[in-house]
Amino acid sequence: MANDTPPHWDRKMQQRLARGEAAALGELYDRFASLVHSLSHRVLDDESAADRTTRDVFGYIWENPQAYDPKSGPMRSWIAEVTQRTAAGRLREQHREEGPQSPGHHERTEEKVRAASTAARADYIVTSMPASLRAALELTYFQRRDYRQAARQLGVTDDEARRRLRLGLQLLSSASIRPLPSQPHGGGVPCERAGRARRRSR
Amino acid sequence: MRGPDEQGGGAGDGGADGGADCGSSPRDGSTDGGSGEGAAEGGTEGRAAQPPRIPPPRSPADDSEGAAAPHGRSAAPEDRQPPARPEPAPPAREPVQLAGQPEQFDHRVLKSLLGAWALSACSPEETAAVEGHLSECGACADEALRLRDAVALLHPEDSLDLDPALRSQVLRGCMVRRAPRVPVPEWAAPYDAEASRLDALLRDMADEEWLTPVRLRWFDARHREKRERDTTVAGVIAHLLAVDGLVASALGMPDPLDVAAASGKDRTDDGSGRAGTPHGQPHGAAETAAAGARDGVFPQPVDPAERTEQFWRADCDVLRTPAARRHWREQGHALLRTASFASDRTAGVRVPYGEFTLPVRDALLERAFECWMHAEDIATAIHYPYTAPQSTHLHHMVDLAARMLPETIARRRRAGLSGPPRRLSAAGTPGRALHLEVEGDGGGDWYIPLDSPAAAVRPGDAVAHVALDDYEFCQLAAGHVAPAEAMAGWDGDREAIEDVLFATASLSRM
Repeated sequence: MANDTPPHWDRKMQQRLARGEAAALGELYDRFASLVHSLSHRVLDDESAADRTTRDVFGYIWENPQAYDPKSGPMRSWIAEVTQRTAAGRLREQHREEGPQSPGHHERTEEKVRAASTAARADYIVTSMPASLRAALELTYFQRRDYRQAARQLGVTDDEARRRLRLGLQLLSSASIRPLPSQPHGGGVPCERAGRARRRSR
Repeated sequence: MRGPDEQGGGAGDGGADGGADCGSSPRDGSTDGGSGEGAAEGGTEGRAAQPPRIPPPRSPADDSEGAAAPHGRSAAPEDRQPPARPEPAPPAREPVQLAGQPEQFDHRVLKSLLGAWALSACSPEETAAVEGHLSECGACADEALRLRDAVALLHPEDSLDLDPALRSQVLRGCMVRRAPRVPVPEWAAPYDAEASRLDALLRDMADEEWLTPVRLRWFDARHREKRERDTTVAGVIAHLLAVDGLVASALGMPDPLDVAAASGKDRTDDGSGRAGTPHGQPHGAAETAAAGARDGVFPQPVDPAERTEQFWRADCDVLRTPAARRHWREQGHALLRTASFASDRTAGVRVPYGEFTLPVRDALLERAFECWMHAEDIATAIHYPYTAPQSTHLHHMVDLAARMLPETIARRRRAGLSGPPRRLSAAGTPGRALHLEVEGDGGGDWYIPLDSPAAAVRPGDAVAHVALDDYEFCQLAAGHVAPAEAMAGWDGDREAIEDVLFATASLSRM
């Protein structure tokens, strides 16, 4: 369901946002709010923090539509990236507010940020992988079919089912390898263009 | 499969984590993600030297053939073929040397099984063969480990419904941060919000849910009886699309009925499609307007029910598939966009509904109301909760109905459906009124002129008083409750009360 929007949609959306068309922001929200909110929630594990992050992310996009470069990838990836940066920033902020920082505390925070970001990236990868791969994973993992049953249910050969499962997991495994985009600014809102759209799910 | 302890390799010790964490709890997945990362790194180093310790997959899926049965993990499955100690673990070397192996278990096949293995979705022999292979083949072991870690990242999708209030908060916040050059006009905001809410309800619906029967209900005030029409979820969306198309046409956008007729003709080639109608995309820019569809010159029927039936006939697919959703949504987006750029004059263009017309700005509000009501129909059909619109929007909807009442009463009177005016009054002079008090956040007080739509009314002219809840009033206006059933308090002139209640119910349509 939640695959990338076509490139011309992305470009047009960017232009409309840049022109200050409020209706475009509504469309953007409807398209991506659940992505933004669920990624934020995955990192922050808190409903109201995820709400705030959602506000920040859309606020940032609305104020900086030109920060998106259509050449570097789909808008969906960019938004996921902005979300992750924003959510990670908020998580760090929360930890800072908890009090004085020991080096160990800092370590633990960064570890948590990393784990949460990996998890969020994995969610993102799953939602943006081709539906055929996702369906195969869902059947075998969540519905506990074996791959032959999955193949029958999907109407494909056993070979193809095996291929999809392997490929799906390969995509997913990239979540834990990719480096976390650097986050030089401490605030909850990403305010620079660096590291944008580095993470494209093929 | 987990029962018999005969899986080779590390099955014994790893079994607990393989079985316990999978699929059960989201949180497990996330913590595992972190440690998995470490494991993967550690594994990479050690791998060249010694055969990696591969954590076994989660307890595998049932192997029973009852494909569609929901799978618990309870049954200790009697594997059809006992996982006989694997045919001697394939000494994985070059595939060419596998002459003696059962053909299906060469390196290439085993590699292709790694994904299924990591998900415990292989047969027992395959599982055993893969595991045997892993202790021999570094490359496969490497990948197996990576894929196993990836499984730990799988996570049931949070299907948290976003609070619709968040949308307006977010959008409002954005407008403060940067003032829009092209705002969504206030009169279009209820449509924007309601269409977005319905779209969110539809978004996660499974294909088969689109076939769920939905009963459309309205009140036939002429015959004083309730009416029903059965359709599907998909049919409801097609209905919304067809009737929203009235506003679209008035704004110079393509009429979805033209599009349906054109595509129906393409498909069936029965020659019944309308010749000469524009058959552009349903979501074409407003500038490529269907010519002549302005100010009441419509090539297609304007009566909402007729439009719907025609649309359903022209494109039978829309009753069975989610196909209408995209068209409905795209038309809705285009409507909002056109409305945003529209001048005041355009906002006042009359949209014909058959018996009456409404200016575009009210028509879009009427469409917001219908969108809400039909979203409720759908939500009821699929047993999903749905809430009322935000109170400012609800208030606008009630206000529109109240404003439509005087004309409606007059029309009913002309049709002989209600008694003659008691007091003939010249336009602008006072006449009798009914005090309509709608309670709740979306409510307010309205004084409905009873004798002539043009009459000026003052609170002192009220000869009757009706009080009801905002939601109940909307249910009445939607024809979901009959006037006699409406939970309303009243006093005063009984005939006036009945006129107003029936006029309200007669606002309803299919």
